Amino acid sequence: MTSADNLQAFKRDGRIVVVGASLAGLRAAEALRDEGFTGSLTMIGDEPGEPYDRPPLSKQVLTGWVPADGTTLPRRRDIDAEWLLGVPADGLDLATNHVRLADGREVPFDRVLISTGVRARPWFVESEAALDGVFVVRTREHAERLRRALAAGPSRVLVIGAGFTGSEIASICRERDIPVTVAELAPAPLVGALGAMIGEIATDMQRAHGVDLRCGVKVTRLEGDAQGHFRRAHFDDGSTVDADVAVVSLGGIRNTEWLRGSGLAAGVRGIACDTGCRALDLNDLITDDVFVAGDVARCPNPVYEYRLISLEHRANAVEQAEVAAHNMVSGQADRRPHLSIPVFWSIQFGVNIKSVGVPTFADEVVVTQGSVSDRRFVAAYGYQGRVTAAVSFNNAKWLDHYRQLIERAAPFPPPCPTPDQPVDMKPVPVDFPGPALLAQGATVVVTGHDPGERRVTAAQQHHR
Amino acid sequence: MTTTETPDTLRRILDHSSRADPYPLYAELRRTPVARQEDGSYVVSTYRELTDLLHDPHLSSDVRHLSRPTPATDEGVTPAFINMDPPEHDRLRRMAMRHFGPPHTPGLVAGLEGDLTSVVSGLIDDFADEEQIDIVDDFAYPFPVTVICHLLGVPREDEPRFHLWVNGIIDAIDYNPETDPKEKLDKGVQARKDLRQYLGGLLEQRHGRPGDDLLTRLANDDGPDGRMTDEEIVSTANLLLIAGHETTVNLITNGMLTLLRHPEVLERLRDRPGLVVPLVEELLRYEPPVHIIPWRAAYSDITVADTVIPKGSQIMLMLASGSRDPNRFHDPDRFDPDRRDNQHLGFGSGIHLCFGGPLARLETQIALTELVRRLDRPGLVSDPPPYRRSPVLRGPLHLPIVQGRS
Repeated sequence: MTSADNLQAFKRDGRIVVVGASLAGLRAAEALRDEGFTGSLTMIGDEPGEPYDRPPLSKQVLTGWVPADGTTLPRRRDIDAEWLLGVPADGLDLATNHVRLADGREVPFDRVLISTGVRARPWFVESEAALDGVFVVRTREHAERLRRALAAGPSRVLVIGAGFTGSEIASICRERDIPVTVAELAPAPLVGALGAMIGEIATDMQRAHGVDLRCGVKVTRLEGDAQGHFRRAHFDDGSTVDADVAVVSLGGIRNTEWLRGSGLAAGVRGIACDTGCRALDLNDLITDDVFVAGDVARCPNPVYEYRLISLEHRANAVEQAEVAAHNMVSGQADRRPHLSIPVFWSIQFGVNIKSVGVPTFADEVVVTQGSVSDRRFVAAYGYQGRVTAAVSFNNAKWLDHYRQLIERAAPFPPPCPTPDQPVDMKPVPVDFPGPALLAQGATVVVTGHDPGERRVTAAQQHHR
Repeated sequence: MTTTETPDTLRRILDHSSRADPYPLYAELRRTPVARQEDGSYVVSTYRELTDLLHDPHLSSDVRHLSRPTPATDEGVTPAFINMDPPEHDRLRRMAMRHFGPPHTPGLVAGLEGDLTSVVSGLIDDFADEEQIDIVDDFAYPFPVTVICHLLGVPREDEPRFHLWVNGIIDAIDYNPETDPKEKLDKGVQARKDLRQYLGGLLEQRHGRPGDDLLTRLANDDGPDGRMTDEEIVSTANLLLIAGHETTVNLITNGMLTLLRHPEVLERLRDRPGLVVPLVEELLRYEPPVHIIPWRAAYSDITVADTVIPKGSQIMLMLASGSRDPNRFHDPDRFDPDRRDNQHLGFGSGIHLCFGGPLARLETQIALTELVRRLDRPGLVSDPPPYRRSPVLRGPLHLPIVQGRS
């Protein structure tokens, strides 16, 4: 697609394949049609049904307020696509421009968008994961099964992992008056995403709502009875908990295995791309015809020192999909970067938690507005003297202001007082446990000695 | 440079002679997005700067944070949450919202549709056969008062008194010291007092009684924030009434005026009533009922558009100008009900976003749909119509129209 004529021809009769038919895939398809793409559009998805929304699955669906099949995503327009659902993609051949499906079918394309997302990380012992009463929550079938288990009135629920999903599920249990134990390896809930100060507040919140919260412990074994039903969990400190439901909420695994051998820079951390959502190959060369969007994308953000960041946030999936779609049908001069500041939200224990920016990209945090003890406040995060993120508890209407501070690299801590002044305005270290999210181990090795031969190849991949 | 190139612009906007079309003056104002005035106050007129400020936690709605406080309103009266800052503002607004909207009272506004339609139908029935109608006096004025009376639970037999008080209060807002007799102002002060007293009396009867109206629910609230004091409830009810009345009158009247100026849109609306939803949004952008937030205070130094507004300064927010900013809206002076990405400032933005917005939307949608459906070839008698005095709550004093003429 170098000349304008070629671009026009592609927009008219080209072939676009979208692999991954969830939020990012659907919104990209709609945006492609909005942009005037009239060629053929093929949607490939491993799940059988229509695209649906995931945030309610750990919230309103579990309370029964919204039925699992009531989460189908609204359609903004007709996309006139061929849907190949229920079969996952199994390979990508960039020499011949084909997507290979698990059933052996091959789907040709001129350009492809990869939005295969993330799946739930299963319990690490397969036989224990298979016990009746052990759940993960990622799809709407998962959510429906868990809802039924909660409705049956379990004696106790064990939630393994106190990130956002785990904490939301614990909150729902308490709302339904179900006894719940939460086990977290880190010193506090939410600490990996939001740091020690918010972790401490989250700890208080969970305990105040009657959660049996156990931090700094590891679940070592899930024990079943003779009928294969989960009954008891063992911890590394020797203690046990009896429960009949265990929810494994240990985060996700990016769906990139199918790209092994494709030559793309795809691995456990996602698929690397540029800010225009064009995929990079293993040599860090930008591909022309392969685009990435959503949870599986690993995109540099100039605001955060151009580091590659992957986000499992709904708004990010939508924005990236729109940028990718635009760039798929635009010439070089008209392409747009994906430069948005990330946002996400969670509802738990009666509190609406909302964040803007990248809280893990910070060395200090300070409460800037409101009252921590009343559970309504804003905390700003700073990195080397500039604002990089903010988190609000029941105070989300101010976050636009903090987004501006981030975009303008405003000084940290914010110097001027506001009417709703907190008791203590002293910045404290942000204190994330373990290695920083943004600096993990290498995934490639360099081979070859002659300049013409030097290439990088994928290092052996392993899941932790 | 912050001082406006044309220091006269604001004065001309406030002058009544520009009321019918202030928009060219707004364009003049936007050349200096943040303009310092001679009296030390600041006028902000561009979309981005307005939204930045409306979301800025350093912007205060509490008159005590002005270094030169504005003239006092009602002495000794509990202020309403519109003139408060967090956390008090948040607490009172949250307690009121519990009984007005989601998540605790999700269906209230939508559930009023039948009621609103029958009020509108009744009003139209009364003038359906008339050849000349005043949209303001015959329709837009009585409509929102009736609705708020239903909402608050004012007994039907008291409604006429309610209408009189509201008229007195609104007249006084329009008071012009140069031409109006002082009685007009005194009448307004008396009406405010009478209204508060009436609401207080009504409230006393509602304690401990069951009922679904807003006053009863506020009087017997047992939510997590506890219960409002009677003073707070009266102030809140008063706020909903005053802030929700003239704004809605103006929105409906501006809507009818705009439709009559764009007959092709009026035709489309008649053929396709669903158009009313985006049409009312465009109306809120194009001819909004609230043009100006006359003052906010800088609680501490505020930086906007590279200008530092010092602590204590008065800031005037020109919302209607922001909604016509060509840097935000394509072809902003065109009335386009099909406009997409229409994030107007018609209801403000941020924590003080119009409390009654959802109700005003529904009222205006029903009012315009029914007027267009039932009026027979309506036409304007004069264009522009005569305008009320206020540059802040801007709208026609009367909107005479004729119908049934071929």
